[in-house]
Amino acid sequence: MNRITQLFQNKKQDILNVYFTAGFPDLNDTVKILTALDEGGADLIEIGMPYSDPVADGETIQLSNQKALDNGMSVKLLFEQLKDIRKTVNVPILLMGYINPVLQYGIEAFCKKCQEVGVDGLILPDLPVDVYEEEYKSIFEQYNLLNTFLITPQTSDVRINHIDNISNGFIYMVSSASTTGAKTGISEEQEAYFAKVNAMNLKNPRLIGFGISNHESFKKASSNAQGAIIGSAFIKVLNESTNLEKDIKSFVHSIKYA
Amino acid sequence: MQEIQTYNVNEKGYYGQFGGAFIPEMLFPNVEELRTNYLNIMSEPSFQEEFQALLKDYVGRPTPLYLASRLSEKYKTNIYLKREDLCHTGAHKVNNTIGQILVAKRLGKHRIVAETGAGQHGVATATVCALMGLECIVYMGEIDIARQAPNVARMKMLGATVVPAKSGSKTLKDATNEAMRHWINNPVDTHYIIGSVVGPHPYPDMVARFQSVISKEIKSQLMEKTGKSNPDYVIACVGGGSNAAGAFYHFLDDLETRLVAAEAAGHGIDSGHSAATTFLGKPGVLHGSKSISMQTEDGQVIEPYSISAGLDYPGIGPMHAHLFDTKRAIFYGITDNEAIEAAMELCKLEGIIPALESAHALAVLSKLNAGENETVVVNLSGRGDKDLATYQKFVV
Ligand SMILES: Cc1ncc(COP(=O)(O)O)c(C=O)c1O
Repeated sequence: MNRITQLFQNKKQDILNVYFTAGFPDLNDTVKILTALDEGGADLIEIGMPYSDPVADGETIQLSNQKALDNGMSVKLLFEQLKDIRKTVNVPILLMGYINPVLQYGIEAFCKKCQEVGVDGLILPDLPVDVYEEEYKSIFEQYNLLNTFLITPQTSDVRINHIDNISNGFIYMVSSASTTGAKTGISEEQEAYFAKVNAMNLKNPRLIGFGISNHESFKKASSNAQGAIIGSAFIKVLNESTNLEKDIKSFVHSIKYA
Repeated sequence: MQEIQTYNVNEKGYYGQFGGAFIPEMLFPNVEELRTNYLNIMSEPSFQEEFQALLKDYVGRPTPLYLASRLSEKYKTNIYLKREDLCHTGAHKVNNTIGQILVAKRLGKHRIVAETGAGQHGVATATVCALMGLECIVYMGEIDIARQAPNVARMKMLGATVVPAKSGSKTLKDATNEAMRHWINNPVDTHYIIGSVVGPHPYPDMVARFQSVISKEIKSQLMEKTGKSNPDYVIACVGGGSNAAGAFYHFLDDLETRLVAAEAAGHGIDSGHSAATTFLGKPGVLHGSKSISMQTEDGQVIEPYSISAGLDYPGIGPMHAHLFDTKRAIFYGITDNEAIEAAMELCKLEGIIPALESAHALAVLSKLNAGENETVVVNLSGRGDKDLATYQKFVV
């Protein structure tokens, strides 16, 4: 069974998904970070494939993307770094990134490689829903990859239902109309949006992302969905860290247990 | 079954294999609102009335189609210049900003965000925002702010807030990223006026329609002057491709008219300092649509280079990618030096100082070998006032 499916079957609450950019802070930190996150207790890990023009991202993730590219990171190299990962790490892994580097790698070759190294799912924010349905869905399924779509407070109910129908892992609930890292905390207005979505009886679980940065916002998000996603706040920790393993583990601990 | 070749957009937003709307969900509601409304709004009689009146009395349309006799004599053919340089604000860009601000008003938007490279689109946007009393925020690469200082001053004088784009290469592509991010963070009350035929559907089509007045006028003016509405060649420069889209639009299906696009080859196509997208690029997604863009093997966008800020862009609009792919348009790469030479030539022979961008279109004349009885229209997309600092370096 797909590791993401299994996770959501076994765990219904307080699921912690952590994002980091591959090749940052140093080119060969990818596996080290992944391992520390797994040992620290992250439930799901989202590895960002850096891109030169990440339009949905705020400054923190932009800079990590740029630094990773300057370090020499690429999709090809990421697959090399991950090639033995399933010998040591069992946590579900998602690759997250913009569509163009994936297109250049070749969509089928990319999916095949994902399955080979043990990637469980994908988040490609600029892959249109209709293109996914018409061209990609069957390829993703062939390689046992779950695709994750985003919804925002502006996404219509009709569209949310449609996205729920074609999703088979979880739905990424963007907490507010913003780029990543732009806002922190969760307002009453956002909670009303979470409540609305909760009342829709969707078949897929949801994780809330954007603006989650500490134990308080993680708990608040988790009480409105099955869990939450942390990105920019973790990138900041990596950026300032002098001891990656120690700092990553204490960060995960601080999110889960305050 | 044989498919009928069409060069215009289909109902799904594609030109052949190019186009579409490759955008994150955060932008979807805005783009969808625009997509479902733009054609209805544009066909409203009250919209057309307001649009046409502004084009006439505010922009100064129709712009002349001028028979450049001395230039014609030099190249032994018949050269007409479509004088978009005489538009208010000095370039074709204003045709689009007038159209889009009227759309934005009808969608109930209060704030306008835009990107700019040379500053021409920024000025044209700041101008219509002043005219309509809307707030205006323009993103401009830090490097472009330095090399296009007069346009920065004009935008500020017109009441716009100019925000430096400090990410990436600090030029047009990054200004576009920043404008998109601004739109993501302000989804409800803001309209994004894209300055070229790029971006997610419906932008390329909407901008092409607003610019199509150029070829509509060329047709009737040429008919009046020569008794034939279709020239043998239409030449235009391509940055994103809006002036070219406008100049080509009503000729797309008239195959006797050859469409000619001039890209900026910078120091030379293979010099590593170039913006000649069709020569150096490959299919991919940039700024929300599938088109041709300059990129590494890994799909990272390559920083382009051109002496002309308006052509210093690593992509082209999906319509042009399709025209290239189907060979409906012929593409030339024009170097910095060839463009400068063509600009100097136009000054000396016709007393017109062209924009550096437009000079790239003029430079094609020496490569075209048009016949004595043929007719060539060059779209003179803008005037050169903004480029004097660059031109001065070449005047002895
Ligand atoms: C005078 C002029 N021509 C051409 C361009 C290039 O844009 P496009 O290719 O969209 O016409 C610009 C852009 O700034 C411009 O100012």
